[in-house]
Amino acid sequence: MLLFLLGRILRLLTLLVAVSVLSFLLLELSPIDPVRAYVGADMLKVGPEQWAKIAEHWGLDQPLPERFARWGMAILRGDFGVSMIFRRPVLAVIGERFLASLALMLTAWVFSGVFGFALGVLAGMKQGTWTDRLIKWYCLTLASTPLFWLALLMLLTFAVWLSWFPIGLGVPAGVPTYEVTLSDRLYHLLLPALTLSITGVAGVALHTRQKLVEVLQSDYVLFARARGESGLQVLLRHGLRNIALPVTTLQFASFSELFGGSILAEQVFSYPGLGQAAVQAGLRGDVPLLLGVVAFSALFVFAGNLAAELLYWLIDPRLRPKGDACEQR
Amino acid sequence: MPVSSAKTLLLSCRSFNRRQRTLMVVALTTVCLLALLCGGLLLGEEGLSTNLTNRNMPPSLSYPLGTDWLGRNMLARTVQGLSLSFAVGLAAASTSAFIALVLGLTAALGGKRLDAAITWLVDLFLAVPHLVLLILIAFIFGGGITGVITGVTLTHWPALTRLLRAEVLQLRSAEFVLVSRHLGRSRWWVATRHLLPHLKPQLLVGLILLFPHAILHEAAITFLGFGLSPHRPAIGVILSESMQYLSAGSWWLAFFPGLALLIMVRTFDVLGDNLRLLLDPHSAQE
Repeated sequence: MLLFLLGRILRLLTLLVAVSVLSFLLLELSPIDPVRAYVGADMLKVGPEQWAKIAEHWGLDQPLPERFARWGMAILRGDFGVSMIFRRPVLAVIGERFLASLALMLTAWVFSGVFGFALGVLAGMKQGTWTDRLIKWYCLTLASTPLFWLALLMLLTFAVWLSWFPIGLGVPAGVPTYEVTLSDRLYHLLLPALTLSITGVAGVALHTRQKLVEVLQSDYVLFARARGESGLQVLLRHGLRNIALPVTTLQFASFSELFGGSILAEQVFSYPGLGQAAVQAGLRGDVPLLLGVVAFSALFVFAGNLAAELLYWLIDPRLRPKGDACEQR
Repeated sequence: MPVSSAKTLLLSCRSFNRRQRTLMVVALTTVCLLALLCGGLLLGEEGLSTNLTNRNMPPSLSYPLGTDWLGRNMLARTVQGLSLSFAVGLAAASTSAFIALVLGLTAALGGKRLDAAITWLVDLFLAVPHLVLLILIAFIFGGGITGVITGVTLTHWPALTRLLRAEVLQLRSAEFVLVSRHLGRSRWWVATRHLLPHLKPQLLVGLILLFPHAILHEAAITFLGFGLSPHRPAIGVILSESMQYLSAGSWWLAFFPGLALLIMVRTFDVLGDNLRLLLDPHSAQE
């Protein structure tokens, strides 16, 4: 167990280091001049001296190897630098934004998991019928739907026409932070989370259906039916137990798509999360923030994958090496 | 459109067998996609010109998809956007399939170290959410359309590489390959005469199924504002522009272009799945 964990963590470290180093080097190749991106519209007001001072402040006047070394040392100390557009430490920005995104992603994750599982079980039990075909068609269409378009439609329907939900933002406009209540936040969270979970359903449902169909064709289910178990009994006693694990792990392994989806949903609903910060950083040339988001998203994806593998390892005894099971007790 | 008409056709064609029906679906989807591409090429600049007398018109007979706030014909813009997506998808799918073939073969045939290196590279590309990777690459290229196209082109190979590598690993231990090796055939001979014919269908279907991913990613990244050039109507650009006019009630600006994109993506999916059925010897003759 310990060895397995160590191996995974080592792998994470090599990947994280590679991601950060490659991103840093590649960003250096970008033709976008960070100072120019920072100065923006004030170009005419900023003289060459001021320009040089900004560059010096960020250490941009140093040669590449030196900058790289300095950046590497700072990262090792946990200092990701200062975001140019928010003018605050990158880690603080990421932490605050990630909490908002986490609320969004977690809601969508749970909802899509439960709903997708239910749909998949229904389709699998009714395999070959119209219910099954309808669910399959629905999921396949959903999988081809651009998320941001769906988000636009939701916005159009529920916020513009029906006015049930606010048009965007994470909190009501024009209200001081300390007066924002939890219900305000939830109210603003609901529509983006719903959008994100609707598209998340497709993958889980199709996977659940396929696994359930496999299980239902197995010998032990045939035997169970021969003993006289009804469809529901088969599902409860044999079906759910055998499909729960692969489906749960798949859901954990889908963190990457979840993160990508949240970027798009946040953009449409102007929800102030990490995804929106990533887009801002990319569009406005905020290199430290972009690097931070890339590293952080890699960590996030890895956490999901590790959770999936650990779950498999903990729950499925077949995957454990032989003597290991005794060692645990 | 293509999908639904294919469905009704299927229902009325119960008398044909599965293979005939699959062939028809493949032909129909191919024709639809080619027609779209030709439409985009033929339309050219016409219809993109601004026409201030016909601004913000809802869909009508003369403007089936309505017009935008500059009086541009949305049908023309949508078709143009879709054919741009098609071109980006083609570049991405063919490049990715090529990279995947080379890396997959190398990983499976080139010894342990190379295999480990390539597996690590695949993991590296999958370690960051795809959209974040695209943002990064778009930024590296200066945020223009080149960055978007390069990003979409160069990031879609990992999944197919994994698939092909697994396939080759399985084939490598197949008996006919082992016999061939023992008879003294070189690795190269085995790779080209025994492995490639088996990989061809996988590669073709993989290539077709890469289109939907590439197209959706292209739309997503242009929607976020990368590669933004108002003169080049990409679907993402059209949709992100429409956001400003939604609260004014111009629903058609967002609804139809997105629906067209959905139909196009779904058509590629249907084409890929049906090709797989045809090319896979287990299901080809059902």
